Amino acid sequence: MLKDIKSYFPILNQEINGSPLVYLDSAATSQKPIQVIEAVKNYYELENSNVHRGVHTLGNRATDAYEGAREKVRKFINATSTKEIIFTRGTTTSINMVASGYARQNLKEGDEIVITYMEHHANLIPWQQAAKATGAVLKYIDLEADGTISLENVRKQITSNTKIVSMGMASNVMGSINPIKEVTQIAHEHGAIMVVDAAQGAPHLRIDVQDLDCDFLAFSGHKMCAPTGIGVLYGKQAILENMEPVEFGGEMIDFVGLYDATWKELPWKFEGGTPIIAGAVGLGAAIDFLEEIGLDKIAAHEHALAAYAMDQLETIDGLAIYGPRDANKRCGLVTFNLDDVHPHDVATVLDMNGIAVRAGHHCAQPLMKWLNVSATARASFYVYNDEEDIDKLVAGLRTAKEYFNDVF
Amino acid sequence: MSFNNLDQLYRSVIMDHYKNPRNKGSLDDTSVTIDMNNPTCGDRIHLTLLVEDGIVKDAKFDGEGCSISMSSASMMTQIIKGKTVEEANELAEIFSQMMLGEEYDDEKYDLGDVEALQGVAKFPARIKCATLSWKAMQKGVKEE
Repeated sequence: MLKDIKSYFPILNQEINGSPLVYLDSAATSQKPIQVIEAVKNYYELENSNVHRGVHTLGNRATDAYEGAREKVRKFINATSTKEIIFTRGTTTSINMVASGYARQNLKEGDEIVITYMEHHANLIPWQQAAKATGAVLKYIDLEADGTISLENVRKQITSNTKIVSMGMASNVMGSINPIKEVTQIAHEHGAIMVVDAAQGAPHLRIDVQDLDCDFLAFSGHKMCAPTGIGVLYGKQAILENMEPVEFGGEMIDFVGLYDATWKELPWKFEGGTPIIAGAVGLGAAIDFLEEIGLDKIAAHEHALAAYAMDQLETIDGLAIYGPRDANKRCGLVTFNLDDVHPHDVATVLDMNGIAVRAGHHCAQPLMKWLNVSATARASFYVYNDEEDIDKLVAGLRTAKEYFNDVF
Repeated sequence: MSFNNLDQLYRSVIMDHYKNPRNKGSLDDTSVTIDMNNPTCGDRIHLTLLVEDGIVKDAKFDGEGCSISMSSASMMTQIIKGKTVEEANELAEIFSQMMLGEEYDDEKYDLGDVEALQGVAKFPARIKCATLSWKAMQKGVKEE
């Protein structure tokens, strides 16, 4: 890891409620390193202009910066061409583009969309709506007792009627990493396409879309050190060529007549309007930052932190951890409940000690029902976290327990 | 670590209502039923009211949530029982002002235990927990 990595993240150098900030909510959004903040600042100070239209020099600089970021993304996920990289607002927008575009253009009554019980609402509601609009059936792959997915259960749900399989790369609640490559293979055997929600994958795990062979893959910049408001939809070129745009307007057109128009070539036909240029530049800088550390090192760091966190958390009486106990089966997050202290109360006690965690249903209400809980608390880790942060978390939780059990 | 900050939020009367909720359950003889949830955190309340001749004769709540949302529901049902619909609405307004940290009329009604929730105003993230049951009540008496 980079030496003194915390010093690259200015926001971490502050006190919250009288204690040094311990940020354990990176699965919601990550903090931004100075390299990313500077890249965005530099873009606005030296390059800002609209893209793909300027004859002037600044227009060329902005276009180079924007398209340069696209090439960095292509390399980051090993896509064959930048034609396959569409910039979006984030994972939610990316999945909605597939559900509104591909799904509604290709599904008919009786076709099946297969997802799992652990999906984030972003990989659930778009499919509910697509199913309602087309008459397709939405089916769920069941989970194992530890919250993981078995290929046996995958095979039970995918049939010759299945046209789309969509699955998160890693669960934002249980941290469990899913067997995307194997599921993709099963989907393809049945003639279905595979969509991957990589919101919790891209920040932590090396992604190779050619190796996975998935048809679409979506992720957000803000969970991987980039600014909010920039995300990516990867799609196989052959599929994108045949898919109609879902947003129409400037930037995405070729020839415009009074009653009809034709579209630009890939990927621009999917990028109507002035794109998120500064966001893309920030994402490019974030990729450079993560690559400098190395994705494999980041994954190893997080497995180690998850293992340490689970070991330490388990020393607290009455603390229940959700998801697989094997740290190598999860990315860097641990979701838990503490006795009968409600997660909101846990989060408030931690906040009073400068520790930021998430409490609630984590945008995964069906999974909460499956786990039979109404809410949980979640601590999630990233490159800038260390064992000391986890020690502070554990101390904070002991405080919460003491406060609610003994003071009252 | 100190408990001082926490003591602004959590008072023993709040924890008493959380651990021993008043009016918990569901009314059989009910004139209005309201279900409301807080979609950002998963808190959920099921409120049953018996309103007759413009008076809240009885109130019970059920649900899931944190100490603040459940104790607030307990206190709310306690204070509105026997009040007219108009008075119940007025109390909800006073409570809303209290949550916003604004000046409120503390003379007209004996707010009793409800005053223990004053400290919530200093914890912006928790205000929605405290107001859930009051919003449900206001919606209920309006429907009725």
